Amino acid sequence: MSISVESFSPLQQGLKAEGINRPSTTLWQDAWRRFRKNPLAMGGLTVLALIILFALFGPFFSQFDYKTNNLMATNQYPNWIHPFGTDELGRDILTRSMFGARISLLIGFGSVAINLTIGIFYGGISGYKGSWLDNFMQRIVDIIFSIPDLLYVILLMVTFGPGLRNIFIVLGLVNWVPMARIVRGQILTLREQEFVLAARTLGADTKRILIKHLLPNSIGQIIIVAALQIPAAIFMEAFLSFIGLGVQAPMVSLGSMASDGRMNIPSYPYSLIFPAAMIALLMLAFNFVGDGLRDAFDPKMRK
Amino acid sequence: MARYLFGRIVSALLVVWLVVTLTFFLMHAIPGGPFSSEKILPPAIMENINQRYHLNDPLANQYLDYLKNIAHFNFGPTFRYEGRTVNDLFREGLPKTIALGLVATVLALVGGTMMGIIAALKQNKAPDYIATFLATIGVSVPSFVLATFLQYFVGFKTHWFPPIGWGEAKNLVLPALALSAYPIAQITRLTRSSMLDVLNQDYIRTAKSKGLPGYIIVLRHALRNALIPVVTFMGPFFAYILTGNFVVEYVFNIPGIGQFFVTSIGNRDYPVIMGTTILFATLLVTFNLLVDIAYTVVDPRIKLTGRKGA
Repeated sequence: MSISVESFSPLQQGLKAEGINRPSTTLWQDAWRRFRKNPLAMGGLTVLALIILFALFGPFFSQFDYKTNNLMATNQYPNWIHPFGTDELGRDILTRSMFGARISLLIGFGSVAINLTIGIFYGGISGYKGSWLDNFMQRIVDIIFSIPDLLYVILLMVTFGPGLRNIFIVLGLVNWVPMARIVRGQILTLREQEFVLAARTLGADTKRILIKHLLPNSIGQIIIVAALQIPAAIFMEAFLSFIGLGVQAPMVSLGSMASDGRMNIPSYPYSLIFPAAMIALLMLAFNFVGDGLRDAFDPKMRK
Repeated sequence: MARYLFGRIVSALLVVWLVVTLTFFLMHAIPGGPFSSEKILPPAIMENINQRYHLNDPLANQYLDYLKNIAHFNFGPTFRYEGRTVNDLFREGLPKTIALGLVATVLALVGGTMMGIIAALKQNKAPDYIATFLATIGVSVPSFVLATFLQYFVGFKTHWFPPIGWGEAKNLVLPALALSAYPIAQITRLTRSSMLDVLNQDYIRTAKSKGLPGYIIVLRHALRNALIPVVTFMGPFFAYILTGNFVVEYVFNIPGIGQFFVTSIGNRDYPVIMGTTILFATLLVTFNLLVDIAYTVVDPRIKLTGRKGA
């Protein structure tokens, strides 16, 4: 068998074999590509988007509001005018669910924004500074961590009194601990890597290294924790409403609606079922999105 | 080992002391005394009440007195239950809370691992989907809603089990189910995923090729290793069983500590709130200490050293 020399030809000149021929994908594109392939996560995201739209824009299409009593139409079963029925003061449960979802989502996102800030600062400083300061700061975290957050939340809420603003403050003050732990762990592993050494050699100060190099590299982990803390905060608010430390009437959250509806379950089960179903949907959607984000940002963790 | 134990006990005591201090000062930071919401009393009577409960002493003295009392397991008087102390409430409520907690624990451990095993063995078949569905419900419905549903739809509608009250064994069924729903869900998920992992290991294939019957492989070879993630869940699990009691005892009207606690939050009965927080914190810290020691027995790969790994 012979192969003629003619079938061989030199490679086209000028093509860089070692060059990067495709645009590089950023962390976000990479994560989004993996996230998109996860049907549960995409389903969760869709449901979540629908609920957010429902909460934000629903009230504009409703002829009722959440606090005006209508004693001519109390305790109506679901019908065409009131698809979710009315409560014992004649308020439309569908409209109240929209406002309730608003407040519950606000509590979820708002309190996580607070604990994100505290957690990133605390964990960042603790992880980057290291040595005795890290040791000291971690002992504090260990102590806080060894008691369930529910007890702190109740104590602080009893001290501050119920109400939306205090729920924000208390949930933010209590829930930063897991965030601080994650951030610290990330910073600890990252700060030993060469690019940090390079940055320091080039004269970057601590602040710049933390903000420009270490935090952007831990953002995936931070988002994963935050996505799972939002539903936890909504759950916690529902519990607080149940023991009478939640938002105060006439303000309404999904949790306070459910705990009010609880009393009426023998006669008017829908007044519990609708808000409870909304909470469950939110929980499921957030948890699926959170799991999807974990798989997307951290494919090694994938089971 | 002795050094490790000593260090852990010291830090446990430190945690308990911090919780006592925190609860004391938080409860005293609330504006107005515990009796200021009552109808206006003549100043002389108010003075007497304050004298009786030592509310006029300097804060530092009250704090030291409180510490001294706690050290003697004396949680002081209640403000709302006439003539009873917090200790009386504990003595009355703790056995009920513990009984309910124990039943819920057994239910969660047995039910959760069984559902997890079945789901893993029948992966992607009907039993798996049912178990996963139930586990999803368990983590996404607030416990007070779940307890109310169980109470109404199972207790009230079917009369299978009493929807409310305390005293007989069948009174325990619904509250224990409500309390264990969340941990059952978590344990099912943990067991399922670690079972799936373990079943693919080489030593399981070896056991199969030796001709061992299936149940022996599952129970003796696979389950042991599959349970390690469940053991690490024990700390949060116990915390949940304790704090989950608040809701469940209140809904099912069980006169345990959880119900006293929720009622006293409504009543602003500070000594009960403080006492319960301290009691639960102490129980938890003790339990976590025991779990850490148990780890070394379960998994000899875990080495005890003087300090935790960084």
